[in-house]
Amino acid sequence: MSYLAAGIMAAGGSTEEMPSVLAVPIDELVIGTIAFFVVFGVLAKVALPNIKKTLAARTEAIEGGIRKAEEAQAEAQKALEEYRAALASAREEAAAIRTQAQADRAAIVEEARSEARAAAAAVTAQAEAQLALERSQAQAQLTRQVGDVAMVLAGKIVGQSLTDDARVSATVDAFLADLESQAGSTGAMS
Amino acid sequence: MSGAILAAGGLDCHFENAANPCGFPAPGAEIFFFNDIVRFDVLGQSVGFNKVTILIVIAVVAVLGFFLYAFRSPKLVPRGAQNVGEVGYTFIRDGIARDVIGKEGDRFVPYLFSFFFLVWAFNFLAIVPGAQFPITSVFAIPVAFALIVYFTWVPLGIYRQGFLGFFKNMLFPPGVPKPMYILLAPIELISNIIVRPFTHAVRLFANMFAGHLLIATFSIAAFYLLSFTIVGMLGSIASFTLTIALTAFELLIQALQAYIFTLLTAVYISGALHAEH
Repeated sequence: MSYLAAGIMAAGGSTEEMPSVLAVPIDELVIGTIAFFVVFGVLAKVALPNIKKTLAARTEAIEGGIRKAEEAQAEAQKALEEYRAALASAREEAAAIRTQAQADRAAIVEEARSEARAAAAAVTAQAEAQLALERSQAQAQLTRQVGDVAMVLAGKIVGQSLTDDARVSATVDAFLADLESQAGSTGAMS
Repeated sequence: MSGAILAAGGLDCHFENAANPCGFPAPGAEIFFFNDIVRFDVLGQSVGFNKVTILIVIAVVAVLGFFLYAFRSPKLVPRGAQNVGEVGYTFIRDGIARDVIGKEGDRFVPYLFSFFFLVWAFNFLAIVPGAQFPITSVFAIPVAFALIVYFTWVPLGIYRQGFLGFFKNMLFPPGVPKPMYILLAPIELISNIIVRPFTHAVRLFANMFAGHLLIATFSIAAFYLLSFTIVGMLGSIASFTLTIALTAFELLIQALQAYIFTLLTAVYISGALHAEH
């Protein structure tokens, strides 16, 4: 056995020719070196490139998945915003329609009210006209009747019939006319 | 070697055994040496073939076998062995290569990966029944690894920074008052070029050596103390319990030392790639 480096030899040589634990026999050194290079060679050439590729592919897959998820999320966000915008515009429209309807209702009510007022006024006017007509008729009738009654009454008082006498009739008419004008003037005065 | 220890003490070598009085057969350096099964000459160099050699082959086959199986046809959605293998891969890539070396770290992943898992497998054999020997407690193995690392980062540094630049950056770190370089330059030279590979190897070796010696001592003590006396029984039970506890502790140390060795490798490479300190 040859040594690269000899350390402390066993003290006193109690065990015959036992080398130091720090001795480095060349054959063991070479075997250790070969062992490393065999492991290194095979792992570096065969096993590790495989797993390196796989890990890179996995990272790629995960990052691709994340990108896809982000895209989907952005799309969903966009759709949500569109939906919200549509909802807001629909709400605005509804509000506009509502205010329009309120305005329309007020206009309609006002219109109906004015129509009713006009109708009422027409009815009132008609009624007043009718009333005036009836009153004048009633007045004419009453005047005639009062003349007749007065003539009858005067005949009875005088004791002769004045009925067919044209003068009498003219006198009564004149009296009545005078009465009417008197009434008219007092009415105007009072 | 357990055979050697039993031969030293004898199977009935126990505490307070009147029939065969014997002292505690404490294990020594001899448990780190094995008899050659065969020894032959290769190119004028005598090569021994012993338990250490067999364990090296087993560890290499186990590491290669596992990762070739785990990464035989990797899937995007990992299952089983691929999951475990990936944890190892991303640990080295993210935890060591990218963390220490940086952007260029990915190129060194297979290198660091091989060191980590080979060293770990070598360490782990310390608690595998039947093997029960950490190969890294054979000094030549950590030395071989440390030399590979040394002959990686030194040429890499010279290639990247130029021969003069490499030594200038190493010997004259920036941010130091000029007169200090008289003191600092020789220290930097010795610590980086001479001491660094030595400590790199010894750190791993000594940890595994000490751990193996501790487990051996307590398991021999458990056997030695085993006798029909109170002291013997209690001592034996205590020693056995300690052996179990130390085995669990070693499990941690094995991974930790493999990690430290790999981390230092990454630090040295990083230093060679980037000049700044």
